[in-house]
Amino acid sequence: MKSVRIAAGPGFYGDSWRPVRASIERGNVQYVASDHLAELTLAILQKSRQRDPHTGYTQDLVPMLSDLLPLAAQRGVKFVLNAGGLNPMGAREALLGVLRKLGLNLKVGVVLGDAVLERLDELQAAGASLAHMDTGDDIATVRERLLFASAYLGARPLVEALDAGADIVLTGRVADAALFLAPIVYELGWRWNDWDRLAQGIVVGHLLECSAQSTGGNFGGDWRSIPDMAHIGYPIAEVWENGEAVISKAPGTGGRVSFDTLREQLLYEVHDPAHYLTPDVDVDMTTLRMEEIGPDQVRVTGATGRPAPETFKIVAGYEDGVMGQAIIGYAWPDALAKAQLAAQILTQQMAEVGLKPQETLIEYQGYNSIHGPLADSAHADDLNEVYLRIAVRCADKREAARLGRLVPPLGLSGPPFIGGLGGMMEPRALLGIWPTLAPRGIIEEYVRVSVEEP
Amino acid sequence: MKTQLVHLVQARSGDKGDKANIAIFAPDRATYELLLREVTAERVRAHFEGIATGKVERFEVPNVLALNFVLHGALNGGASRSLRSDALGKSLSSALLRMEIEVP
Repeated sequence: MKSVRIAAGPGFYGDSWRPVRASIERGNVQYVASDHLAELTLAILQKSRQRDPHTGYTQDLVPMLSDLLPLAAQRGVKFVLNAGGLNPMGAREALLGVLRKLGLNLKVGVVLGDAVLERLDELQAAGASLAHMDTGDDIATVRERLLFASAYLGARPLVEALDAGADIVLTGRVADAALFLAPIVYELGWRWNDWDRLAQGIVVGHLLECSAQSTGGNFGGDWRSIPDMAHIGYPIAEVWENGEAVISKAPGTGGRVSFDTLREQLLYEVHDPAHYLTPDVDVDMTTLRMEEIGPDQVRVTGATGRPAPETFKIVAGYEDGVMGQAIIGYAWPDALAKAQLAAQILTQQMAEVGLKPQETLIEYQGYNSIHGPLADSAHADDLNEVYLRIAVRCADKREAARLGRLVPPLGLSGPPFIGGLGGMMEPRALLGIWPTLAPRGIIEEYVRVSVEEP
Repeated sequence: MKTQLVHLVQARSGDKGDKANIAIFAPDRATYELLLREVTAERVRAHFEGIATGKVERFEVPNVLALNFVLHGALNGGASRSLRSDALGKSLSSALLRMEIEVP
């Protein structure tokens, strides 16, 4: 029976591609697929593109492929990447430069049509309300502040690009798992109404899209037992024509593939596991089976699918203020009490200098900055050290920066024994997220695929 | 006898907009049955008072011995606009492991 082997690439913009090399070298894979686009990434790319229209794609594309392509091309390994971000054509230009430099004659496919910011009026005219999916709020409330709006495309245009002979497929926003579903469908010839097989393909993609989260990274079980995390391997999937899949990793890498590591990733960022909605199929994960069939090998079978939804998800991002923050540490004894006094002083001084944030958050690192009100207060009075972290949401950068300037004087005029008073922290733009839906027809109408040789 | 979930299950959490999901995984069928009985959506909602402002939904995933909780309004508006240190809610999983339940 025919099968295809796919390696997971980096799981987010900033993740390592070093483990991908091991998958290409020793994992016998035909494809590498990877997700480079978090919501915040798109906002950063939009700003960068406003400054320089040649940018707008993720900056890891060029170094990653410069590093991996010589070996990958030798072995005929193809890539499917959403690193195109808001400018897949610009990403292609950059990539063609890499190919020229390496002397490689590979075809680059580009998928366009996910960016809909300029088309919102048209979408509304066609009947999409674009109301917030969860709150039902009117998009007019954020319309002026929108930085980007991207539809999550499915795997079809990616398969089209592969059909046209692309060795590397560059996209903007597509459903993460679709990056993986595309080579599976292309290689195994599945049909677009083969719901159960498509569901298996999406499950495989979902298990691979967060790189090492399937192989023992961020593992909520016995994390001490995970071997050699410094050289952790990324997951590899082999998928057969009948939909059966085996998840493994390259020999000689660290980490682990087991029922326990995989089931954690199965439900990661999933809401209703019986209806995991993607542009290509509505997946029921509750029917599948995962069995360990060997060391670092888990067989996945039995996911079922229902027809794809009639709507596509769009995620838009809007400017939602600027965060200013400051951190200052205090030593035992009474570390928490000192940090609390510092917070009180800062709050008073903020009011006196007329700094009125829209929101203020006070956390005590080393005590409750991660668990908040659920932190255990049993040892609160005897902590070795506590860092006060104060964060504010302001209308603009200038206002947010004012917080930082109140903090250094505390070293001489506040409670005793500070440590770790770092430099002032740069204010950071905050991004509100606007998830909404639009009929699939009006999105698909604008999807374009182009495949050209260098 | 009461025991903390940390002694019974493994867990992972993730974000989607202003919602967080926390999945807990039982080591065996008997523990799964116990979780079904003890770790209700209402108890989880009460546990996260002060962190999550909205409703909590629970989904049963018996084929992998898991319960998946979706906490609405759990991320200070969402990771990219949150002021929190744990903007992504990655540690909400461990916060749930503090919950105590009655075991036979």
